[in-house]
Amino acid sequence: MTDTADPYAAAEANTSQGRVFTVTGQDWDSVVSGISDEHDNKVVVNMGPQHPSTHGVLRLILELEGETVTEARCGIGYLHTGIEKNMEYRNWVQGVTFCTRMDYLAPFYNEMTYCLGVERLLDIEDDIPEKARVMRVLLMELNRISSHLVAIATGGMEIGALTVMTIGFRERELVLDLFELITGLRMNHAFIRPGGVSQDMPPGALDQIRDFIALMKKRLPEYAALCNANPIFKARLEGVGHLDLAGCLALGMTGPVLRSTGYPWDLRKSQPYSGYEDYEFDVQTWDTMDAYGRFRIRVNEMWESLRIVQQAVDRLADLEGAPVMVGDKKIAWPSQLAIGSDGMGNSLDHIKHIMGESMEALIHHFKLVTEGFRVPPGQAYVAVESPRGELGAHVVSDGGTRPFRAHFRDPSFVNLQATSVMSEGGMVADVIVAIASIDPVMGGVDR
Amino acid sequence: MADETKATELDATDKMPENVPGGDGTGEQIGRRQGMFGVRGTGDTSGYGGLSGPVEMPGSSQPPYGGWMDDVATALVEATRTAGIEAGIEQVVVHRGEITFNIRREDLPATAKLLRDDELLRFELLSGVSGVHYPDDSGRELHAVYHLLSMTHNRRIRLEVTAPDADPHIPSVVPTYPTADWHEREVFDFFGIIFDGHPALTRIQMPDDWPGHPQRKDYPLGGIPVEYKGATIPPPDQRRSYN
Repeated sequence: MTDTADPYAAAEANTSQGRVFTVTGQDWDSVVSGISDEHDNKVVVNMGPQHPSTHGVLRLILELEGETVTEARCGIGYLHTGIEKNMEYRNWVQGVTFCTRMDYLAPFYNEMTYCLGVERLLDIEDDIPEKARVMRVLLMELNRISSHLVAIATGGMEIGALTVMTIGFRERELVLDLFELITGLRMNHAFIRPGGVSQDMPPGALDQIRDFIALMKKRLPEYAALCNANPIFKARLEGVGHLDLAGCLALGMTGPVLRSTGYPWDLRKSQPYSGYEDYEFDVQTWDTMDAYGRFRIRVNEMWESLRIVQQAVDRLADLEGAPVMVGDKKIAWPSQLAIGSDGMGNSLDHIKHIMGESMEALIHHFKLVTEGFRVPPGQAYVAVESPRGELGAHVVSDGGTRPFRAHFRDPSFVNLQATSVMSEGGMVADVIVAIASIDPVMGGVDR
Repeated sequence: MADETKATELDATDKMPENVPGGDGTGEQIGRRQGMFGVRGTGDTSGYGGLSGPVEMPGSSQPPYGGWMDDVATALVEATRTAGIEAGIEQVVVHRGEITFNIRREDLPATAKLLRDDELLRFELLSGVSGVHYPDDSGRELHAVYHLLSMTHNRRIRLEVTAPDADPHIPSVVPTYPTADWHEREVFDFFGIIFDGHPALTRIQMPDDWPGHPQRKDYPLGGIPVEYKGATIPPPDQRRSYN
């Protein structure tokens, strides 16, 4: 064992100043005894990228004096997967399967912002069927609940409130079950497509969602009971991660962080899309500008999302059998999917039509599936209110069958810039709380 | 019945690029599209290989732009005139309800400051900066696109700044919009645009020693052929392209 060189070990520590300690766990004593020889107490700690409380592969570089953070910087890019580049090599519809994987806790928002951008370039924004718009809202609001649940759950875990974690994931599982019922997948759905959604609501889905709403109305108060007035919880969160309105605007912060300054900016209200202007809900704010306020906003927003889900379900009940994809056959995927004996696939009626009845239909199907549709040249920037803030897609077309460029303005990426101002001058333990209150998802940060 | 016929005639597809021969010459040409179906050389027996047409982005618009866009454009022209950088606005493009100001690169920082501070403009939030590489748009290959949001007036505009490949420099807007810090680092990382005046322009997503700038069009996607049941599927960038 000992004579085998560790292939992953750094060959030689290159540093311009100070000694280097490699900490692998249970060896804190060696660090303490090592730095006691040094003249000052300054230590630079590399936290992550593999650390359970840095929300995925986030690397924090903290300069500490004792337990006080004097400088905090983020190192990102460990989850960079080149999604934007890859999208340039697939057709417009296939792009959805890539971008849904960015912010993996809020996949429907990724799909939504991209599809809205493509639809704007296609100039079919007003042609999206009513049912598709309602289904999009329904899925996004369910997704907001599941995303906020994870934010609260992981945030609780990081400060040692394990019950908050277990109940958070328990409820999130219920939402994922609904996603699985409606889209077939728990994550990475690629369900929202340019022109609408990929298929209709399955039978019985509305009843299951109603049951879920009823259950959540019983379960959500548990979070309030566990946390809202809990002295330990409040002591860890109150006053931590302070950022005022001017700081938020300068750093481009949106979402719960911005709303925790008391400014009610929510794109669903201020720049409604997909029919949000027709739903009744309130923008949730808090005025403490700290991690506690952001927690309260997230819990309250789940209540508001339940209200919207309820309204969407009521509308869907009246839209039985209505189309979920734009009528233009040059854009709409040519087949209606159906559940067969071997799972989901092209509907047999459609196969019969193209294989046995119409040569033109076969050609049309083949062209649309292999080549895809063309999108008129131009660029569009469309933003939606994701659970973390403004998620925008800058979509550029050169008139071809593939995106010329698709860039995503991910709120996690932007909000993570506030790590320094939120953490510096505070205790090292508060860094974790501050970052948890931003709720960054590294899949979205690195894309 | 009559209504249905009408709906078909007005179909959006009639206006789609493949049904409209070439560009109409009013747009801004960024390249040429050759052939069809992705077949090159002697393998092409379709006869479509000889097709060639310009690729045109939406061209310059003339006022009135409609609605609030005129207010913004007027206020911006007014403010830049006072500051003596009126010539910095190269063109205005209105397309699909969005307005884009093409700004001369040396005037970008001053213009950004006006956009943020002027009472009639008040674009407090820089949503993001994205790079776009147009390899055939000679002399202006690299574009940096700034998405601005005014929460006061509830408006969005876009600034577009270009730089040639040979001199990939654009002044930084970090002094005005601190949020641009990471955005500009990302654009530098992926496109190689150097933002002069940025406090610490280093790579952000790729490793520090990475060669090249991956999202430029001349940077290959990479990938290896995949064998499946005896057939070999080439990597995505070597498959047939219908563009």
